[in-house]
Amino acid sequence: MSALKSREAILFGAILALTTVIATRFPGFVTPTNLVSVFTDTSPLMILAMGQMVVILTRCIDLSVAANLALTGMVCAMINVAMPGLPMVVILVVALILGAALGAINGILVWKLSIPPIVVTLGTMTIFRGIIFLLTEGKWINAHEMSPHFTGFPRNEILGMPVLGWIGIIVALIMMVVMARSTMGRAIYAVGGNPHAAVYTGIDVGKTQFYAFVISGTLAGLTGYLWVARYSVAYVDIAGGFELDVVAACVIGGVSIAGGAGTVFGTLLGALFLGVVKNALPVVDISPFWQLAISGAAIIVAVAFNAKSGRSKGRVILKSAEHAQ
Amino acid sequence: MSHADTQTRHVPDRLRPSLYAHLVGWESLLLAVAVAVFVFNAFASPYFLDAWNLSDATFNFTEKAMIAFAMAMLIIAGEIDLSVASIIALSSTVMGLAMQMGAGTPVLVLVGLTTGLLCGAFNGALVTRLGLPSIVVTIGTMSLFRGVSYIILGDGAFTRYPASFAWFGQGYAFWVISVEFVIFVLLAIFFGILLHKTNFGRMVYAIGNNATGALFSGIRVDRVKFVLFLMTGLMSGLAAVCLTSRLGSTRPSIASGMELEIVTMVVLGGINILGGSGSIPGVVIAAFVMGLVTFGLGLLNVPGIVMSIFIGLLLIGVIALPRLWAIWRKRTV
Repeated sequence: MSALKSREAILFGAILALTTVIATRFPGFVTPTNLVSVFTDTSPLMILAMGQMVVILTRCIDLSVAANLALTGMVCAMINVAMPGLPMVVILVVALILGAALGAINGILVWKLSIPPIVVTLGTMTIFRGIIFLLTEGKWINAHEMSPHFTGFPRNEILGMPVLGWIGIIVALIMMVVMARSTMGRAIYAVGGNPHAAVYTGIDVGKTQFYAFVISGTLAGLTGYLWVARYSVAYVDIAGGFELDVVAACVIGGVSIAGGAGTVFGTLLGALFLGVVKNALPVVDISPFWQLAISGAAIIVAVAFNAKSGRSKGRVILKSAEHAQ
Repeated sequence: MSHADTQTRHVPDRLRPSLYAHLVGWESLLLAVAVAVFVFNAFASPYFLDAWNLSDATFNFTEKAMIAFAMAMLIIAGEIDLSVASIIALSSTVMGLAMQMGAGTPVLVLVGLTTGLLCGAFNGALVTRLGLPSIVVTIGTMSLFRGVSYIILGDGAFTRYPASFAWFGQGYAFWVISVEFVIFVLLAIFFGILLHKTNFGRMVYAIGNNATGALFSGIRVDRVKFVLFLMTGLMSGLAAVCLTSRLGSTRPSIASGMELEIVTMVVLGGINILGGSGSIPGVVIAAFVMGLVTFGLGLLNVPGIVMSIFIGLLLIGVIALPRLWAIWRKRTV
């Protein structure tokens, strides 16, 4: 019964219902090939949303993920142009390390200087984008300048699904294990749930938030390379405004903005919901201009829903406390 | 958001700060930065010290500052509105629709302001009636309002606004003083008095410092917050009138990204993003600092995106430096 009531189940049902409605009129949408392509198309959003989830769990927010993605993607592309022969592993390692370093900058400022995360990441967001401009003087790096194995890697198909989709699945599995089974994962939930209690249990709140930003940055860096390679283009404004989609995916997936509550699976479903909507609109012949309004409405409904379920729980606890007196 | 609950709040035990405290206060620091930027610009470019150029420079910040005043009060009360730029887009779009139906300038202005007010009421109702966190609600309405604008306009645009409508964004009150600048000054005085000299202003501070305490001392917290959302919406509507009038056209992408510049302006002005403290004079000086930096770098042919690096560094720097200084002093003593 509780499984039926859980937010994940309801969201899963919503996605299923949405897909079914579309399928009754446009059977082409639910062919395995198309579903795989929808999943692959949503993978970057899923990977970023999982990083964002970790940050939001610790009562912070990371608005710099899209800028981090763009900067790391650009650096990967520039390395590829300068040294086309470099093996893929090196590019991936560079993406992960650079992303982690950019995330660590956010983390240090939040941890050591106690600057509110929204201010820090608002600042680094504009700084990262600006640095791309300084590196490139506004020039684009186009498909013909990149080497074939650089752009081909995320598109290679394994068992019918592109590597990009597989990376999404692998990251999801790793994150599930880390969040549920590792000390750090539990510390992240503890810090968000009750920072005071976390301090008394020996958890360093600031340090945990620092790690959360590093995780978010690392995943943003990874997505940066994947994004640039998949679309075969890198310029200053790639993924502009994407940070809000990422936050939206988390909120729809049931991550509480107040911290401490949210699951990897829920976040995945939140991202998938946005992905299905985005991919379904052209199929059912609704102008893509509707997408923004629909995701906005979805965020509001989701947050209203989150608050409602959270509040009824709180009331029960209060009542029992009154009875105890 | 992060350390808010683990840090103890500093409550001043005397109301009149000493002269020294004034000298090292935030506003003075900011004023020094503004003067430094002004002097630097005057030496760096021969075109800077020209009345008309300086007048043009004010357009960089007047529209943003109108919203920033209301946003400052909202942030002091512990809430935030990230949908302001989208309210501009929606107001501007609705004004465009009204214009197509043949509305004259007074009706256009009324339509713009009303749309802003309704958007603010929508945000306010979701936050105060349903008790939702404002940061998420306004991220949602940010997509929703601009989304409606996109549904109405798609990739089109409204142009052909009546000639008399241009007065708000392109008109001059006298000599080089633009209409927008006059509105900016009047609003600065209005919000300065409202926040610092009225009961309402005290309530805003009280709510930001301790909402529960404010409620127990008889402040209708939800109503005050609702009014603040209404004001922020109304100011966004006003900014939409000015911006649409200045550009003479409406596209759904109008003012995109402006919400972050406005929050930057407010934080730079010394408003605590966690609520409870800050002043309107601070925001006024921050508006000038941002305007002068943007304009001065523009005269030196620095591209807009590089300016944003300066704004970003300024935002983090002005908050980080005093804290670094405090850490350094603690170590040496």
